[in-house]
Amino acid sequence: MSSTTTTTKDHPQLAAIFNRDEPRVNWHDETLWWVRAKRDIAAHKLPEWELLRETASQIKNNVLSNLSSYLEQFEANAIKNGVIVHWAANAEEHNHIVHQLLSERGINRMVKSKSMLTEECHLNEFLAQRGIDVIDSDLGERIVQLAGEPPSHIVLPCIHKKKEEIGDIFHEHLGSAKGESDPKILTETARQHLREIFLTRRAALTGVNFAIAQTGEIVICTNEGNADMGAHLADIHIASMGMEKIIPERKHLGVFLRLLTRSATGQPITTYSSHFSKPQDGKEIHIIIVDNGRSIQLGREDFRNSLKCIRCGACMNTCPVYRKSGGHSYHTAVAGPIGSILAPNLDMEKYADLPFASTLCGSCSNVCPVKIDIHDQLYKWRQVIVKAGYTPKAKTIAMKGMAFTLASPTLYRAAGKMGRWTFKHAPFAVNNGANPWYKHREMPKAPEQSFGEWYAKRKENKK
Amino acid sequence: MSSREKILAAVKANQFSHAELPDLEILASLTASNDDLVVPYTAVASAGGSFVYEVADYEAIKTILQKEFKAGVEIISGIRELPGYTFVEDVRHQLSHSFANVELCILPSALGVAENGALWLTEEQMVVRVLPFIAQHLAVVIHKTQLVPTMAQAYQTIGSASYGYGAFISGPSKTADIEQSLVIGAHGPRSLSVFILP
Repeated sequence: MSSTTTTTKDHPQLAAIFNRDEPRVNWHDETLWWVRAKRDIAAHKLPEWELLRETASQIKNNVLSNLSSYLEQFEANAIKNGVIVHWAANAEEHNHIVHQLLSERGINRMVKSKSMLTEECHLNEFLAQRGIDVIDSDLGERIVQLAGEPPSHIVLPCIHKKKEEIGDIFHEHLGSAKGESDPKILTETARQHLREIFLTRRAALTGVNFAIAQTGEIVICTNEGNADMGAHLADIHIASMGMEKIIPERKHLGVFLRLLTRSATGQPITTYSSHFSKPQDGKEIHIIIVDNGRSIQLGREDFRNSLKCIRCGACMNTCPVYRKSGGHSYHTAVAGPIGSILAPNLDMEKYADLPFASTLCGSCSNVCPVKIDIHDQLYKWRQVIVKAGYTPKAKTIAMKGMAFTLASPTLYRAAGKMGRWTFKHAPFAVNNGANPWYKHREMPKAPEQSFGEWYAKRKENKK
Repeated sequence: MSSREKILAAVKANQFSHAELPDLEILASLTASNDDLVVPYTAVASAGGSFVYEVADYEAIKTILQKEFKAGVEIISGIRELPGYTFVEDVRHQLSHSFANVELCILPSALGVAENGALWLTEEQMVVRVLPFIAQHLAVVIHKTQLVPTMAQAYQTIGSASYGYGAFISGPSKTADIEQSLVIGAHGPRSLSVFILP
């Protein structure tokens, strides 16, 4: 079930598995590009778009520079509102807090709306091991949960699945007709199934999109209404938030809510933007503020801007590598370019491959609504990872060989000659699976001579 | 040291030099508008799947509702000018779960946003938080003068108002999780009708 259960395969290996089915890769690629195009249309409708991005980025700068006082302010105001605030230094502590809240109340079944933080913490597995059943209520998340997979995209969890496959999953688990793959009918099946869940669960867990320091309220955005259905019908609402979700004042929502969904799906806003301030009479709201490596990232000057992320997914939709390798190839809860700069902070060795899963084309940075310098950070992580010695062995040897060759003019000329001879007389020696550059590429035709040789000859002829 | 103290100490040690908050006035004035907002509101809300009716009075709303919803279904109204239905104040103390079979819920809003079709409702208008989500269909009544151009003006209007719960609702509940095909009616209402009064 877990997204990262002791995986031993790295991004190129997992991408190779995804790439076995070429028509599916093309379909995946085109679907995400379509979402990216919708984002462009929405963004271009606003003449003030660039000012919005800049303003959002500056607000987040201010947040990151005063985070400790904003967190204290948020906590104080939330407590005034009658909310109970918990602090979790890491994933394990977060999971224990959730478990304790449930077990103290004798609850063994919970409904959960989308929360990438609980994916990061592997909450579902943790609770399952302790006999607590969690049902994900976002349609896409429910689909991947029934399939026994993690989400492959933070906004579009089952973007990698075909409707026929979803039909099969629903037939097996929810009793829909065999062979039924009409999205309308499948959605209706899920609606009936999940309505029953909403009406019978005493506990609901949600994520948090924004937490307002000034008022102590939290804002949760969905299109389906699943966070609200869960939270309003349950006795206890647990909201898990990464501590970087803080924004200073309520009016700042007027910037972020204009950017979030336009960047994510091209909609002008989600169907529901719900502001939870106080619990309903006789009910409880608990907010868990989670660090889990974020304070360390805050201290890394080159990478702290990654904490500005509002989880819109625009960088994934635009990324040529993500679109063609699929979310699961990143073997971490948050895939794509942003995930590739967040994950190495948590475990540099385990995620050493991710900053290399990029062409550094810069498209991610250009679409980011809070102007995170994503591709620069990918490049910087590469230096950190290489210096720390976490590069793949083959790459290290190849790079060392290259450095050795480039350092000696004689060796360089000999190697060039050898290379050209090989391309001309023995192309099979490089055009094969052993050469990673040959995958999905034809090797170029080699010139007869090097530039050095041509230049020397030209001089000779002129004499 | 508790986790709270540890986290706050780590954050304090790692947060960098002070950065000022930007001015939001420029964005608010750039998007301000005195134009008639009914037309742009209607265009955006309709594109988002809402049914928008510009009506002269409550009588006109009644006529439309009678046509769209047959007699006998459970309808809850939060608007005194639309009598003949269960009044929401009368069911305030009922268990939230008891509204599972509500077919239509009619509520007032005092703030609508032209750029995205969103309507702001707080607990004051909802009375019961789950109502605008659990009902099969939702209708919202608003006055033309209560529309603002963008979210910038919307939050100026909300200001520092106190509420237990509030939500911007911009259309029917929907999903596109299956192959990006838009399906209306995910978990919440299958339709949103917006009635705009003068």
